[in-house]
Amino acid sequence: MKKALVVDDSRAIRTMLSRILVRYGFEVAQAGDGSEALVVLEQHHGDFDLLCVDYNMPVMNGLELLSEMREQPRFDDIPIMMVTTETQIDFITSALALGANEYVMKPFTDVMVLEKLQTLGLVPYE
Amino acid sequence: MTNPNPISRLEYPGSQGANAAPLISPRNYTFLQTYIYRESGIVLDDDKQYLFESRLRPIVIREGLASIDALCDLVATGRSPALATRVIDAMTTNETLFFRDTAIFEVMKTTVLPELIAAAGSRKLRIWSAASSTGQEAYSLAITLLEARIDPSRVEIIGTDLCEQVVERAATGKYVQFEVGRGMPILLLMKYFTKVGLDWQIKPEVRNMVHFQKLDLRGSFAALGKFDLVLCRNVLIYFDATTKEQIIASIAKTILPGGMLVLGCAETLISVDHKYERKVFGHSTFYAVR
Ligand SMILES: C[S@@+](CC[C@H](N)C(=O)[O-])C[C@H]1O[C@@H](n2cnc3c(N)ncnc32)[C@H](O)[C@@H]1O
Repeated sequence: MKKALVVDDSRAIRTMLSRILVRYGFEVAQAGDGSEALVVLEQHHGDFDLLCVDYNMPVMNGLELLSEMREQPRFDDIPIMMVTTETQIDFITSALALGANEYVMKPFTDVMVLEKLQTLGLVPYE
Repeated sequence: MTNPNPISRLEYPGSQGANAAPLISPRNYTFLQTYIYRESGIVLDDDKQYLFESRLRPIVIREGLASIDALCDLVATGRSPALATRVIDAMTTNETLFFRDTAIFEVMKTTVLPELIAAAGSRKLRIWSAASSTGQEAYSLAITLLEARIDPSRVEIIGTDLCEQVVERAATGKYVQFEVGRGMPILLLMKYFTKVGLDWQIKPEVRNMVHFQKLDLRGSFAALGKFDLVLCRNVLIYFDATTKEQIIASIAKTILPGGMLVLGCAETLISVDHKYERKVFGHSTFYAVR
């Protein structure tokens, strides 16, 4: 089974994303901010097929998480999808430079997330 | 409590409960079906009351009319062509997204477009996005060509649609966040768009590769010239069998020998395939003209 880690401080968003991911065959773990995510990543030895990362979170934000992950080459292969309200060009560029692979802008719909999962090759086109 | 959800109680002027008389009289329902079929070829079945209601209600409100029946009466007089156009525009389904059925665009980039451009020699490669809606398909093609490192000056893309509003929008090349959020890979968004306020504007180098115009697929294509590649996706589903066949046959006449037609991923050619030859690349089907 494919595994995803959803990192967002909003429980509502975590639940919504998890529900979509479960529907497309993922097993989902959740974390409330970047530092929690690092712990979960550690516990699972980085064994995830997808990371969904919010930007604005307490303690450690999304970009800080991405920078931390870059320090550890064993996390290099995990596809990262930013899911955020931040749509400034500078922001998107930094996220991409730090290794983000896709970008979902909030507010999002189920179908937008599905289309991104397809773009990333994680869900087949029907 | 009879109604636990207060939102569903919100009513607009003229709305009625579920058990009340239909919102459109049977006579006008038939009028709309016939009128829309005549003007667009779109077939609307007998159970589309809700669709007429949700698509036409905004026009009724904006025009300050009493009901959809009143709107029908006005359209039937033939004295307001602008209003009639808006009714047709409202009844077309313009749903689209960038790189719809991504696999097709991947195959075009790696195989089909390089082959077609080689075959075209010194001639310009001509591509037609038939039923282009708000332009996402045509611009996805333009970006695919650029990504395949094909010189844009060697290519001409034409997008056409029956609906005036979408043709105008397509030509601006400006999209809201929700639209670029659908299907446009983030790396390509950064490369080919600029952000204007909250919206995203496609760069001139891409926009200049595409021209849009109004065209009814049931009409003549003579003025368009000949094409190497035609995309006619997710539009034939709205027509009856005869209309479909006629359109497919007319499109065949616009395709140069060796050129190809692409349909939507759920659409196939069964009855009129004598003019076309099926070509399968991976999971994608193209129809080459014999
Ligand atoms: C669902 S969209 C498909 C857009 C795009 N080809 C795609 O696959 O995403 C269908 C389009 O067909 C257009 N259409 C409907 N009837 C038409 C007709 N008779 N002639 C030309 N276009 C028509 C509608 O206006 C609408 O924009």
